[in-house]
Amino acid sequence: MAADGGHHPEHAPRFAERAPDALNNPQLRRNFRRAMDGLMAKRAAQFPDPAYWAELRARGAAVKARALAKLPDLLERLETNLTANGVQVHWAETTEEANAIVLGILQQAGARTVIKGKSMVSEEMHLNAHLERHGITAVESDLGEYIIQLAGETPSHIVMPCIHKNKAEISDLFAEKIPDQPRTDDVDELTAAARRVLRERFANADAGISGVNFAVAETGTLVLIENEGNGRLSTTLPPLHIAVTGIEKVVEFLDDVPPLLALLTRSATGQPITTYVNMISGPRKAGEKDGPTAVHLVLLDAGRSRVYQDVELADTLRCIRCAACMNHCPVYTRVGGHTYNAIYPGPIGKILTPQLQGLDAAGDQPHASTLCNACAEVCPVKIPIPDLLVRLRREAVRPTETPATHLPVVKDGGAERSWKESLVWAGWRLVYTRPLLYRMVTRALAWGGNWVPASAPLMRDWTKARARPRFKPRTLHDLARERGYLNEVPK
Amino acid sequence: MTAATPPTVTAPAKPDTVYFFGTCLVDMLYPEAGLAGMDLLRHAGVRVIFPEGQSCCGQPARNSGYMEEARAVARAQLDAFPGDIPIVVPSGSCAGMMKTHYPHLFEGDPDQPRAIAFAARVHELTAFLVNVLGVTLEDKGAPVTVTWHPSCHSLREMGVVEEPKALLRQLANVTLVENKRERECCGFGGTFAVRQAAVSTAMVSDKLASVRETGAGTLLSGDCGCLMNIGGHAEKVGDGTRCRHIAEFLMERCHGG
Ligand code: SF4
Repeated sequence: MAADGGHHPEHAPRFAERAPDALNNPQLRRNFRRAMDGLMAKRAAQFPDPAYWAELRARGAAVKARALAKLPDLLERLETNLTANGVQVHWAETTEEANAIVLGILQQAGARTVIKGKSMVSEEMHLNAHLERHGITAVESDLGEYIIQLAGETPSHIVMPCIHKNKAEISDLFAEKIPDQPRTDDVDELTAAARRVLRERFANADAGISGVNFAVAETGTLVLIENEGNGRLSTTLPPLHIAVTGIEKVVEFLDDVPPLLALLTRSATGQPITTYVNMISGPRKAGEKDGPTAVHLVLLDAGRSRVYQDVELADTLRCIRCAACMNHCPVYTRVGGHTYNAIYPGPIGKILTPQLQGLDAAGDQPHASTLCNACAEVCPVKIPIPDLLVRLRREAVRPTETPATHLPVVKDGGAERSWKESLVWAGWRLVYTRPLLYRMVTRALAWGGNWVPASAPLMRDWTKARARPRFKPRTLHDLARERGYLNEVPK
Repeated sequence: MTAATPPTVTAPAKPDTVYFFGTCLVDMLYPEAGLAGMDLLRHAGVRVIFPEGQSCCGQPARNSGYMEEARAVARAQLDAFPGDIPIVVPSGSCAGMMKTHYPHLFEGDPDQPRAIAFAARVHELTAFLVNVLGVTLEDKGAPVTVTWHPSCHSLREMGVVEEPKALLRQLANVTLVENKRERECCGFGGTFAVRQAAVSTAMVSDKLASVRETGAGTLLSGDCGCLMNIGGHAEKVGDGTRCRHIAEFLMERCHGG
C-alpha cells in the first residue's frame, strides 16, 4: 500500500506525482471548477424528470449492449452497406496501421493540406504529428481543437478540448500566434479571428478528416454531430473525406440513433440537440453539385477487440464519449485532463487507458478514484465505471499463475503485484476471519494504537492534512458486552 | 386461484429483533457511534443483537483488488449473522458493500445463495429507523445549527437521500442548513486518502470550506470514514467544526446520550 510513486521508479511520473502541479495552479483549478459546475447544471436541467432519464438511458444502454453483442456481424454489415454506398472501408489493427492507411490515401490523392473535424481517435493515433512528418499539414477546425493546436497542447477534455484555458489565456494566445490579431476580451471577436483563419483553410484544403459518433450498419451511414458547422465543412468542401473511428461506434439500425443522440447531447453539453447533425452516406453522386468525390472510413481496433473478450470489461465499449463522467468527477474537476497523461482523461479514461495500453503503463489510473460513483450515476449508457475500476485494480494485482478459467485478459495483468502488499492482505485476512484473534488485535490497538509513530508509512501521508485517528480505550465489542447487546440468540 | 387479485403492497413489517453490524472502523475508532445506533434501535422498541463474531465487511480488500481475501472476510460475516432477521449498519458504505457487492463477490462460489440472502437483509441505520421503524423523535436539546454530509455510498449505493435529514427535521431545536457541495465526495476513498494524498487533501479542504460557508458549527454524517477525513482535516487546520455521527447526535438530544 505504498504511495503510487513509490515502487515504480522506472515509469514516467504517475498520477499521484503529476497531480500537485495542477492542484497548485489556482487559475487552472478555477477554470475547471467553473466549467464543470456549468456543465453539470446544464445537464441536470435537461433531465428534470427522473423517470424519463431512467427510461431513456435504459434504452441507450440496451441499444449499445445489443450492438456489442453482435459486434462482428454488425461490422461486416457496416462494411457491406458502406461499400454499396461508395464508401471505401479500411481496417486497422493498430494506430500505426491506421496512420499508414490515412497517409497512403492522402499521398495517392496528392493531398498536401488537410482540414480536420474533431476526432478523439485521431488523437489516439497522433495523426497530425504523423502527417506532419510526411509533409502534410493538418489544421484543426473545431474551435477548441484549433486553440490547443495553436498552443501546441493536447486536449484536456474529450468534448471541450481547451476547457483548461480561460478567455484571457486564449486572447493572449491569439495575439501571439495569429498575424495582425490584437488582444481582445470580446469572445465574438476571438471567434471571428479563428473563423477568418479557418475559412481560408477550408476553401483550400485537399482533404477533410473527421471522426464518427455512430456508424449505422443497416444503412451504411456515418453520423457526426457538432455545433460549429466545421464538421460539415470538413466533410463536404474538400474533394476527399476520410473518417476515422473505433470499431465500437457501430450501431445496428438507424432507429437506434435517436435515443443515443438524445442522451449524448444532453449529457455532454446540456443541449437537446446539436446545431449540426450530419448523416454521411457516401461520396458525391452523379448530378450532385457538392460533396467529396471520395469517402473513406478507417475502422480502428487498437486494443478494443481485446477489451471485447471479457464479458464484464466489454461494457467499457458502450461509451458514447459524452464526457458526463468527467464533468461530474470530483478528481477530474480538481486536476484537469492533462494530469491523466492519456488521450482519454477522467473516469472513462481510467478504465479505458489501462485496457488499451496495459496495466504496466497505466495501472495507477484505476487507483485515482475514491469510487464515489458520481460517474456511474450520470453515465447515459450505464457503464458501471466504479466496478470496472475495481476489476482493473484486481487484474493489476492478480497472481500471474492463475487457473486457466481466469486467463489474464488485460495486458500486463499482475504488473502491480508485490509480495509486501500481498502479505499485508494475507495478514488482514487472517485477523478478520478469526473472531478471537480479531478481538485480541483490536484490544491491542485500543491499548497501544495511539502510539503508532506519525512517521509510520500510512500515518505519514494521512497526517499531512489530517489529525491522526484515535483508538478508543474500549472497542464497540466491549461496549456491546457491557450494555447487554452481545450474542443473544434470535427468538 | 388468486391470479385475478392485484398484489397487496404493505409496508415492511416492524421486526422485533435485529442484528447490528458495527463495522471495523466504528469498533476501534468510533465505538460510541455504534453504541448510540444500538441504543436508538432499542429505544424504538426492537431487540438488538450484536454478534461477537463480526469483524469487517471486506470492503478494504475488495476495493484494493484482493477478492479472495475480501471473500474470506465476507464469508466470516455470513457465518456470524445466521438468523433470518434484518442486519442494521451505522454506515452507508459498509452497508453498500454488503448489499450491492456481496452477490457479485460470491459469483461462482457455493456460498452465493447465502450471500444474496444476506445482502437482502442489510439496512443502513437511518433508512431503517425511518422506513421500517417509522420512529418519532422528541428533541430535548438546546438550539443548534447543523449541516449534513451524506457518504457517496449511502447516496449512490444505498439510495439513502432524505431519511437522515427527515430524522434531523423532526428535532424542534435543530436547524439543518444544507451545504452547497453536499453531494460531492469528501475525498476519503479508503486507501485513496494516502495513495492520492494531494488530490484527497484538495477534496477535503473544499468540502470543509463548503461546510464552513453554512455557518453551522456541527457537521453530521452517517459514515465514520468521512468523519475521520473531514473531522481530521478540520482538527489539523484548527477549524472548530464538530464532526459527529448522526446516531450519537440523535441519542444525545432525544435520550440524553
Ligand atoms: S463512460 Fe459514460 S459518461 Fe463517460 S464518456 Fe462514456 S458514455 Fe459518457
